[in-house]
Amino acid sequence: MAKVNSIKFGILSPQMIKKMAAVKIEKAELYDPDGYPINGGLCDLRLGVVDPGLRCRVCGATAGNCLGHFGYLELTKPVIHPIFGKQIFQLLKVTCRKCGRMLATEDEIKDMKNPWKEIYKKPKKKCPHCDAEQKKITFQKPTTYREDKEELTAEQVRERLERIANEDLKLLGIKGGRPEWLVLTLLPIPPVTVRPSITLETGERSEDDLTHKLVDIIRINERLKKNIELGAPDFIINDIWELLQYHVSTLMNNEISTLPPARHRSGRALKTLAQRLTKKEGRFRGNLSGKRVNFSARTVISPDPAISIDEIGIPLIIAKNLTIPVRVNKNNLKQLKQRVLNGSETYPGANYVIRPDNVKKKITEENKEQIAEEIAIGYTVERHLQDGDIVIFNRQPSLHRMSMMAHRVRVMNYKTFRLNLCTTIPYNADFDGDEMNVHVPQTEEAQIEARMLMSVQNHIRSPRYGLPVIACKHDHITGSYMLTKKETRISKKDAAALLLRIGMEDHAGKEYTGKELFSLLLPKGLNIEFRAASCMGCKKCLKSACPYDSYVVIKNGVLKHGVIDENALGEKKGKLLNRIERQFGADTVKEFLNKASLLALEFITKQGFTVSVTDVKIKSSVEKRIEKMLEEAEKDVGKLVSDYKRGRLKKLPGMGARESLEALLQKKAGDVTNRVGKVLKESLSETSAVIMAKTGARGSFVNLSQTCALVGQEFVGGERIFRGFTGRTLSHFKPGDLGLKSHGFVFHGYKRGLDPYEFFFDAMNSRENLMDKSLQTRHSGYMERRLINALQDLRVEEDMTVRDSRGTIVQFTAGEDGIDPAKSDGGAINFDLLES
Amino acid sequence: MTEEKTINVSESGFVPKHELLSYEQAQELLKKLNISLKQLPKIKKTDAAIKELNAKRGSIIKITRNSQTAGVYYYYRVVV
Ligand SMILES: [Mg+2]
Ligand SMILES: [Zn+2]
Ligand SMILES: [Zn+2]
Ligand SMILES: [Zn+2]
Repeated sequence: MAKVNSIKFGILSPQMIKKMAAVKIEKAELYDPDGYPINGGLCDLRLGVVDPGLRCRVCGATAGNCLGHFGYLELTKPVIHPIFGKQIFQLLKVTCRKCGRMLATEDEIKDMKNPWKEIYKKPKKKCPHCDAEQKKITFQKPTTYREDKEELTAEQVRERLERIANEDLKLLGIKGGRPEWLVLTLLPIPPVTVRPSITLETGERSEDDLTHKLVDIIRINERLKKNIELGAPDFIINDIWELLQYHVSTLMNNEISTLPPARHRSGRALKTLAQRLTKKEGRFRGNLSGKRVNFSARTVISPDPAISIDEIGIPLIIAKNLTIPVRVNKNNLKQLKQRVLNGSETYPGANYVIRPDNVKKKITEENKEQIAEEIAIGYTVERHLQDGDIVIFNRQPSLHRMSMMAHRVRVMNYKTFRLNLCTTIPYNADFDGDEMNVHVPQTEEAQIEARMLMSVQNHIRSPRYGLPVIACKHDHITGSYMLTKKETRISKKDAAALLLRIGMEDHAGKEYTGKELFSLLLPKGLNIEFRAASCMGCKKCLKSACPYDSYVVIKNGVLKHGVIDENALGEKKGKLLNRIERQFGADTVKEFLNKASLLALEFITKQGFTVSVTDVKIKSSVEKRIEKMLEEAEKDVGKLVSDYKRGRLKKLPGMGARESLEALLQKKAGDVTNRVGKVLKESLSETSAVIMAKTGARGSFVNLSQTCALVGQEFVGGERIFRGFTGRTLSHFKPGDLGLKSHGFVFHGYKRGLDPYEFFFDAMNSRENLMDKSLQTRHSGYMERRLINALQDLRVEEDMTVRDSRGTIVQFTAGEDGIDPAKSDGGAINFDLLES
Repeated sequence: MTEEKTINVSESGFVPKHELLSYEQAQELLKKLNISLKQLPKIKKTDAAIKELNAKRGSIIKITRNSQTAGVYYYYRVVV
């Protein structure tokens, strides 16, 4: 393989174009009537071969080995290179129209920092070298130049550029070629290998967009030549010349804003040279930054609470397609022979064998016995994926490092990837049709690296907030709460069944309390106290004597007091998970999480957990109280408004009367909603919906009170609602009404139902939220891209400095404090733990 | 002509403390980090925050910042 020493960018000279060409293209037709490529046509065999079986006439190589060869087209009249339109304009402006020298004396240039720019900004009226009068040149994108309204032809432009002296070019900082090469006289014709034609099933040939474009160019070029030979009038020649310019311009870039894009017969815009490189699917972002890869699979995901968080269920059909290369040695020879014998159809089998001389052979039903016989030490067998193999699991958008983690394979029936529910949080996955990807590391080195650095249990604590990101959710939390509630008792029989389900033996063989059962999962030596999520925030916390059982006390691995809920097991909270990881390590917390989540699910499944509308039923006495509070609020608002109208409203600091009224009304609306919420929180009995809200499993008290009491103030653009008719929001209200009702305060809850106008306000608010959300995700996606590009090669060195790839320091201590949040306690160091 | 008004930004309270390192201190820092001057972050000689220091090109400025995570954090910049 040849080694690339350097790459030089520049402009091709006509001589170079001719030199690198293998053939002069003269004909617009591609094939003769027999379907054979025409000599001198765009599919000339000297341009390289694409059809298998044929040999290249230039280098003799077969298809795939011949990279292809350029041709060239002699343009009847020169055309401007559309991509350099601006540079040509600048050159025309800074040089004399007659002698081609720069429009400044040598002394003047010596004093200039940037001669090009400075001359361009203030062009001289007269040439200092030949005294020629200079005319005003204008440029119209992409390729039109006018001198005092007179259009310059490409020929004239080229002549002028030719006159520019080489010394002047140096002063202008132009390297890599002569400026007149920017006006094309020869057009390089790319080899057929970059514009291969496809043969359709019908036997018809379908040509590449580039070929279509080149055909157009050759046709027009021919027509121009004929018209000149026939002595056609100038205007006709100029028209055709302009058309030639258009075709060459769109060959380079078919998305020039001032030109209509060249279209395919079907009406689709052609994908020409620039379009191959730019945008998401272009060469850079589509093929170089991001590639399609082998040894990967993609399918729909579904949940499996019974597998470990660091496992992944792989469908059998995928396991038979993904392979791992295994080198044959004397210990595995027999086993691998059997794999080969099983072939690619039978699981566990193998798909390929690689001989020591690196020749790869596919294992088929016909040759499997023979290959099994043949393999010996030094061969490599690409065997099917099997239980325990390590794979990398990924869900897009991959926004943080937990979006790609290493899992252990478990081959399963059916056709979906299975994952433990605790890992849905870092992947941000759900099961409404989400698909995920799997990659199989191929070398031992890669497998070990993935296992050590990317394993799920090593990513339980998030580097963003230093607390668990792989944690319990929804029913896990509800289940743990129900299990660890004070009054929970589990019969001997049920306990045995539950413990068996999570792979533990029932040692005591007795009736358990929920707390006792949960304690079986906790490691010995664990001591921790914290408040549960269901803590009511009493004025004085009674700690372990909490009347709500909301203060968790664990002594030597025994849950003495308190319920286990979101604060113990949840994402971003997870005090219990966090402590177990810190004290006992990743593998212990993995086991704990597996067992605790499964136990909770099994328990809640056995016990049953139903949510219904009656969960948020409120007593009529409470209903009356709420009604009264709202009436009072309306009265207060009425007073504020009438005060304002009589000019007696006390203004708030820094605000006018109207502003003050708004602020006061908003506060009033918020206050009454909050007060109602508080009353509700105290009066609701412990129903399923309430349990979910208070344990943090799902929903909040705000949701509940919006359902059963009132929705409260709706906002659009951070203000109460004012848009609509002049002086009023809807025709239901009197003009000038400033009260709550007419500006988006919703007095009803979702359960009872909203008034039509309340519903309308709610829809306004919802619409704004929906738009905001979708715009937000778009913006944060783009910001992510920019951040990754900016930060991708920064790293923390041994001395804790953050440096880029050149060794330049960016931070003198990583994160300023040198703490890795993924190994911290919520971003800080817990010194109490260090002492012991 | 209007009279040129200058403001000493270090008195504003919004600019962290900038001070000039002595030659010895500078050498010590470079040795500790095992780097050349080129690998340090840069600050323009004309930067308003170091106008009063009359720092020469190539000298090092020590910046004492308040840090959310670490309390106090020292940053160093070479004058260019
Ligand atoms: Mg989804
Ligand atoms: Zn060839
Ligand atoms: Zn001149
Ligand atoms: Zn309490």
